[in-house]
Amino acid sequence: MHELIRSNKRRSALLVAGFVVVVAVVGAAFGLAIGGGVPATVVALLVAGALAFASYWRADKIALAVSRADPADQREYARLHNIVEGLCIASGLPKPGVYIIDDPAPNAFATGRNPKHASIAVTTGLLEKMNRVELEGVVAHELSHIRNYDILVSTLAVTMVGAVALLGDIAIRTMWWNGGRVRRTGDHNNTNNPLAIVGFMLLILAPIAAKVMRAAISRQRETLADVSACQMTRYPPGLISALEKLQEDTTVTHSASTATAHLWIEQPMSGVGDTGRLGGTHRMFDTHPPLEERIALLREL
Amino acid sequence: MWFLIIVLILVVALVIYLISAYNGLIRRRNQIENAWSQIDVQLKRRLDLIPNLVETVKGYAAHEKETLDAVIRARNASVAASTPGEQARAENMLEGTLNRLFALGEAYPDLKANQNFLALQEELTATEGRVAYARQFYNDSVLEYNNKLQQFPTMYFAKMLHFERREYFEADEAARTAPTVEF
Repeated sequence: MHELIRSNKRRSALLVAGFVVVVAVVGAAFGLAIGGGVPATVVALLVAGALAFASYWRADKIALAVSRADPADQREYARLHNIVEGLCIASGLPKPGVYIIDDPAPNAFATGRNPKHASIAVTTGLLEKMNRVELEGVVAHELSHIRNYDILVSTLAVTMVGAVALLGDIAIRTMWWNGGRVRRTGDHNNTNNPLAIVGFMLLILAPIAAKVMRAAISRQRETLADVSACQMTRYPPGLISALEKLQEDTTVTHSASTATAHLWIEQPMSGVGDTGRLGGTHRMFDTHPPLEERIALLREL
Repeated sequence: MWFLIIVLILVVALVIYLISAYNGLIRRRNQIENAWSQIDVQLKRRLDLIPNLVETVKGYAAHEKETLDAVIRARNASVAASTPGEQARAENMLEGTLNRLFALGEAYPDLKANQNFLALQEELTATEGRVAYARQFYNDSVLEYNNKLQQFPTMYFAKMLHFERREYFEADEAARTAPTVEF
């Protein structure tokens, strides 16, 4: 377990370093394109540093806000609070923040930077569809992510990959509306719009960023969290039956986005097993092993 | 000269190892104590919830006096218990009587619909789970501590500093039999 925590911390550091390098390279390219490579690189480094810093301190709040999670009321969601407290006693963790997402699809995720600063969010759909032991299984799975420091890597990935994707979006859109191909008055000799170059670069970088995310967040951790969850509850049938319910359910979690997909207990997108034109793109973001595999593994316990 | 430096490095390394091993043992021992007190906290919490529950039920099913008295008796026995054996028996009795009390909810629809009754039922179920989880965590902590204590280099130096093995919490014979529910 300590090995796992160390590896997660190492991955986090790599992720941050990779992010800073990517942003610096983009900044340098941009600087070279408009003339003035050094100041642009410095600015990019500063921006990347600030983003990385903000990610570490604030990323959990961002992930929660993006998913429209609200703090769960102690009285209204007494059962959920009780389950979280009970499992925290079982695992010796401090009680994390408990959040509710108004979404009919059953799903849940954990976020934060360490066990002392962590949160768990579950959808209203999960509360409706799961009984007590199943809910315990799901909460234990999320608490395992917290204990193993999986949340640090995955939460950093949310903001960093999100930032790269956002930059890419902005650049591509700028290129679309004021692209180098379309001549405008005042555009006389300037056929190579520097933003277009940056846009193309980001167009190439975005899938690479996705790959980095997948490398940083190994799919194995879901299986690992399943196993530690059963160690926590000492009752594998609870989680098995919860995963089976998730398998039967086909509702898409609307509160999730590509940036947060890897956080959830079940892949929130409908893309699993897609064979259509978008199938490949979806599989690139496959962050979870298939539920059948996870269930089969738990049955062996 | 070189020999001296090597000896010095080895001594420093040994001291660092001893400090970290000692601190590790202390940390694990404190965790056991914390886990043990957590069990007491949860047991007390459960006992505190019971008078409230009895009061609520009284409002709807006052003539079920026998059941209510049995719950109170079991609770008081649990408060008064001094030995672990007594404690386990009292708890067993308490669990049985509480189940009978909750079964009353089926006979009195008004009671079953009462928000307070439902909330108390949830609290008691959760607290019972917490007692079990607290014991589980206590045993996990003992396991971790005992493992460290008996592992190779630590065992010699732990003996010197009088670190003792800790006992696991084991359910008493009386508590191991499932509580009987009478209707």
